[in-house]
Amino acid sequence: MTVFGPILMAILLLGVFWLGMKESNERFVLVIDENQGVLGELQDSDGITYDYQDLSFEDAQRLFLASSYTDILYVSPNITTVDAARLLFKKQPSATVLRTIEWRLEEKVEELKLLQRDISKSDFYKIKTSISIKPAKFTQKGEQMEIIEEASAVGFVFGLLIYMFIFMYGVQVMRGVIEEKSNRIVEVIISSVKPFELMIGKIIGVGLVSFTQFILWVFLTIILFSGLQYALFSDMFEASNVMSQMQMTPEMMQDMAPHMDLAKESGNPDNLINKIPWGNALTMFAFYFLGGYLLYSALFAAIGAAVDSETDTQQFMLPITMPLIFAYMISIFIVQNPDGPAAFWFSIIPFTSPIVMMVRFLASGEGGVPLWEIGLSIALLIVGFIFTTWLAGKIYRTGILMYGKKVSYKELWKWLSYKG
Amino acid sequence: MEYLLQIQNIVKKFANHVALDDISINVPNGQIFGLLGPNGAGKTTLIRIINQITGPDSGTVLFDGKQLNPNHISDIGYLPEERGLYKKMKVGEQALYLAQLKGMTKSEAKTKLEYWFKKFEIEGWWNKKVEELSKGMQQKIQFIITVLHEPKLLILDEPFSGFDPINTNLIKQEILELKEKGATIIFSTHNMSSVEEICDYIALINQSKKILDGPINEVRDAYSSNLFEVQFKGNMIAFTNALWTGYELIEQREEGGINKVKIKRITKHTTNDLLGAIIPHVEVISINEIIPSMNDIFIDKVNEINQPEPIKVNE
Repeated sequence: MTVFGPILMAILLLGVFWLGMKESNERFVLVIDENQGVLGELQDSDGITYDYQDLSFEDAQRLFLASSYTDILYVSPNITTVDAARLLFKKQPSATVLRTIEWRLEEKVEELKLLQRDISKSDFYKIKTSISIKPAKFTQKGEQMEIIEEASAVGFVFGLLIYMFIFMYGVQVMRGVIEEKSNRIVEVIISSVKPFELMIGKIIGVGLVSFTQFILWVFLTIILFSGLQYALFSDMFEASNVMSQMQMTPEMMQDMAPHMDLAKESGNPDNLINKIPWGNALTMFAFYFLGGYLLYSALFAAIGAAVDSETDTQQFMLPITMPLIFAYMISIFIVQNPDGPAAFWFSIIPFTSPIVMMVRFLASGEGGVPLWEIGLSIALLIVGFIFTTWLAGKIYRTGILMYGKKVSYKELWKWLSYKG
Repeated sequence: MEYLLQIQNIVKKFANHVALDDISINVPNGQIFGLLGPNGAGKTTLIRIINQITGPDSGTVLFDGKQLNPNHISDIGYLPEERGLYKKMKVGEQALYLAQLKGMTKSEAKTKLEYWFKKFEIEGWWNKKVEELSKGMQQKIQFIITVLHEPKLLILDEPFSGFDPINTNLIKQEILELKEKGATIIFSTHNMSSVEEICDYIALINQSKKILDGPINEVRDAYSSNLFEVQFKGNMIAFTNALWTGYELIEQREEGGINKVKIKRITKHTTNDLLGAIIPHVEVISINEIIPSMNDIFIDKVNEINQPEPIKVNE
């Protein structure tokens, strides 16, 4: 699984992407234009054929299913004053196709409007403005750091990975504790070592396994992803290809010019690899994963010691995993607002910081999160896992020898005060 | 050191009840000591304290004259009542691991293990996973693991449970052999016949208190009821007359021409004296002293304590 995991993941992800982007069939659009020919006809282009018919919308609908048309495009009358058109489809068109039809129609309507107001096309394009604001953070050092959109996505993915891994390995610790308890070997072992040592040993052991897996995954994923990606996507990401997909007219190309830089920037694998501070990100990932794992696995060990079998763990699992789930869910908002108060507080509190700080760090761009905040977050995380380990130790020590008693929170509280 | 283990005034309380109430027991060196008592008496708690799994609320335990401390772990071997091993681990590997936990080096452990595996004729099990073995086999493995590091003190909690008679015997022999080699053995059990067979000393615990302890013979003598069973052919009256005032007739019956009587010795005479008194008058078939079994002593003592106090009536 350690080796197959990333291979499978990579194939799955890329497969999904590739299939998703592939265009399906030709589209044969029946166009019902109620503007009495004032609007020019849409030109056929790759994959889309427009067929103008002089029918009412209702008649068109009646013959639609039996016909060979894939869609009906209905352009309402007075299109210059009321911007409305409808598309009825048999099979849902891809976003690209929809956008193409929209742009084509927009172009025609604009032409008509210009004609009605007696404005020349060249004047029009001179007036048309397209401003793209590129935000950049002004750091303490006085540098300007651009925001990379892919970074947010990667940050989110990292946050998700930390969430998954903490859960996975934490549960493994818990299962190990329950197994030792239920097959009674724990009595033999703690006649030789202290319960605390046994608990820590288990946490460290599983931690090392997870770390090994993680490093392996990182390497394999990098190799696979870069390799496969260039093979499958290099043609898809080239600007010219994008444009032919969008099927634009020369005017539209002019119009789009300022946007093209952005389009080239986002979704560009080059960006993914070069502009993101991978070194820092991976270090942060390693640290936060470790810290989060240590914090939560201690709690999982405590749960395992308190119960007799895995079915009894339910009542304790929920409250313990709630902060994790919560952190994952608010990451969505953190990505959009990485400097807000929510982002600050949740990247500091040790129960949520492993996920939130990870997301925040990447979504903020380089130097986006002040160093002192990172330092505070790390310090609190360390305090956090020392605390949970101490707490878990007390519960573990009493719990592993206690059988048959249905444990409640009140009971657990009592255990905290038992002497060694 | 006369006593390997000196348990002094141990008190242990849990949330709702007292598990051990001022228990003091001395375990002589190189002897087999039986720790007896009904379920819930406190035996397992005491054993856990000796193994340093839990600590007492007050009182001390001296091991070989010194206060019990973590260094003694390698001198103690413990076979818990609830057996258990890691199911998915291989037998050999697991035994080596547990031996090393007790302070042995890997090579030492390997040599000793090979010796024991050969002895029990189970060499083929080395590479098997524990879950592949039957319960009895697992328990054999666990027994070996317990004694592997040749501890000075062996604590066995119900060592025979789960074994068929042949293996029970095997284990008994091993225990005796270990005693020969100088080990001190504490074993806790409900199997009274095994106690009678191999224990030198016993202690009986009930409801967190020690009720009795001492060398097994002395305990038996103290509880001896001075009863004799005599079988003879002859005249009952002549027999009764022949008995001096030193004996009381308790019970008599006749079966197939043979008189079977139970008599109680009141004054101090030997069995020889008794024989001398009756031989001239009757034909003696058999005579033996009814020695109380540990089972009976156990039941008596435990019930005695459990008797409710008689209600005093105000006059």
